[in-house]
Amino acid sequence: MSVLSVRDLTVTYHSQAGPVPAVRGVDLSVDKGEVLGLAGESGCGKSTIVNAVLRLVPPKTKVTGEILLNGEDVMTMKPGRLRAVRWSGMSVIFQGAMHALNPVQRIGNQIAETITIHSQADEKGARVRSGALLEQVGLPPRRLRDYPHELSGGQKQRVMIAMALACNPDIVIADEPTTALDVMVQAQVLQLLKELQRELGLAMLFITHDLSVLVEVCDRLAIMYAGKIVEEGPSVQVFQNPRHPYTSALSGAFPQIGDRRFRMAPSGLPGDPPFPGNVPGGCSFHPRCPLAFDECPTIDPELYPAGIDRRAACLLVRGSERVEAAP
Amino acid sequence: MQAAEQRHTDRDGPVLEVRDLHVRFAGRVGLGQGLLGRKPVEARAVDGVDLQLFPGEVLALAGESGCGKTTLARTIMGLERPRSGQILFEGKPLGTSTKLLREYRRRVQIVFQDPTAALNPRQTIYESIAEGLRVHGVTRGPQGETEEQLVARALSRAGMRPPERFFLSYPHELSGGQRQRVVIAGALVLDPEIIVADEPVSSLDASVRGEILKLLLALRNELDIAMLVVTHDLGLAWTIADRVAVMYLGRIVEIGPAEDVLTRPIHPYTKALLEVVPEAGGIDRPFLAGEPPDPTRIPEGCRFNPRCPEVTGGTAEAAHVLDACRGEDLGLAELRPGHFAACHLMSNLAGVRSAAPPPPLPGNG
Repeated sequence: MSVLSVRDLTVTYHSQAGPVPAVRGVDLSVDKGEVLGLAGESGCGKSTIVNAVLRLVPPKTKVTGEILLNGEDVMTMKPGRLRAVRWSGMSVIFQGAMHALNPVQRIGNQIAETITIHSQADEKGARVRSGALLEQVGLPPRRLRDYPHELSGGQKQRVMIAMALACNPDIVIADEPTTALDVMVQAQVLQLLKELQRELGLAMLFITHDLSVLVEVCDRLAIMYAGKIVEEGPSVQVFQNPRHPYTSALSGAFPQIGDRRFRMAPSGLPGDPPFPGNVPGGCSFHPRCPLAFDECPTIDPELYPAGIDRRAACLLVRGSERVEAAP
Repeated sequence: MQAAEQRHTDRDGPVLEVRDLHVRFAGRVGLGQGLLGRKPVEARAVDGVDLQLFPGEVLALAGESGCGKTTLARTIMGLERPRSGQILFEGKPLGTSTKLLREYRRRVQIVFQDPTAALNPRQTIYESIAEGLRVHGVTRGPQGETEEQLVARALSRAGMRPPERFFLSYPHELSGGQRQRVVIAGALVLDPEIIVADEPVSSLDASVRGEILKLLLALRNELDIAMLVVTHDLGLAWTIADRVAVMYLGRIVEIGPAEDVLTRPIHPYTKALLEVVPEAGGIDRPFLAGEPPDPTRIPEGCRFNPRCPEVTGGTAEAAHVLDACRGEDLGLAELRPGHFAACHLMSNLAGVRSAAPPPPLPGNG
């Protein structure tokens, strides 16, 4: 059974200008010990999915579909149950670590608080566990006495990771966990996350706009565009041999150094990602698609099979696979 | 690539040259420590940089945050005051001559990272771009064009077509990519020789980045504008740069042709920077440990030695350069044609004497 399973999720924000459909029918599932990467540009709905899963969407937002955490429906949970599940069932690492920590509380107290609130240990036990957690994320336990301003950005993000692991969650959701960090520190933090994930057999949902980061840490990738998943499959294959033109463009934005195809040849897409309230009809990608043809503006493609364990929402993939599948 | 090398040899000299540039920022001392007689510590943001930019060349300046790359770019633009050193434009030092500085500020333009912050939200696109012309008292173009024609041409060159459609728009009505194009148009309207671009695409969406980079390359090819592109992204350098300079703690530690530097790096720091570029092979490979370095405490000897894998791994000791690594500062030596690096070990392996370090700051012991 999947740790997290999302079925036909739609999220529609309320705005004065009318409803804004940010997520338009998304299926996801993350198994134990699996890392699923969710990639896409700003406004594609990837963070909205996180908020919906954690039930953090603003009031008046319409959420439909099904979100199951270990088989339990998150959307119908009572507030008490939801509080219990957040952090112990699923925890989250947000982007701005520097802002997520309380500046006037010692690091140790902040980690211990999560543990005691979820009654996983008494105060003394929580302190011991906090020290062990810090060690696990590569910081000396004496740092428990530090205030956030005494830590660097990378160290703060390590503390956030320690907090996310404090209550032994089944799944960790990482929403752009390294975007605010410097290149060198980013690599260190990613490596740490991957090590911990393997060691603890965690399920992980990893969200970022940086496709190249996802390829390093994820087993599977889902690419989002305008509120829908347009391609999914094993991460290296999706990155190196994309089937959807949008994935190709996105992976082209992260050139491999040494690859002559990228030398003096930046690749990008004309136009801009659509605003969620104003998504083009048919295939939502067709106005920017270099391969669009006459059917694209009218038919909204579903996810068609696109190879072993792969799917892509592109009309060009629709026919091709049947031919390939026939032995 | 070859075209770029051609460019160097065709012309005689660099369009912009920086000689032994130093920029320092004074730190602050708390009241208590001040009373105890503690002096403020200075951050040596740029600590002896020599750099040449040739006409029509794209030079990428790379490094971690805090390495001084942005400070160097800002100093070149005249936005920071250097402690010492010289900036030469077309061979002439920028002194205090107001006339020359004015001219310089017209012909060297900057494009900042965040176009939303760079544009005045209450000004129309037309006003934003025409402002540069007005500041510099340009009322007519070289062929007698009107202000409106100049603005239209700049917008259209920056890919905003038809330009008239955007004249009365406000920045909030445009997308991120379009805003960056407007910022670039604002630079182009003054017909510059040089554009300094500080992380020109890092605030943009991935699919839009390529288009802006294409635009920068096109401007170089069509208008022969030289570009200094500050970036932390070596992949970006691979896609657009002719040469790459890598900065570490206020100094350039390696510089050379982009292909050579990025595929056959010499300096251990450049190797480490290339190591962290994400790749599909997974993340199980050694990374440089530690935090970005602190420009208030620059180590003795080679400034990279405390983090250098060749020092910690024992290679430097085996090659009998460890003492030099820890005790002797050094400058750039040409280890391959046109490819310079500041590394005791690599100089030793190449049988070259390490270059002398830049002279210390005058009046600074």
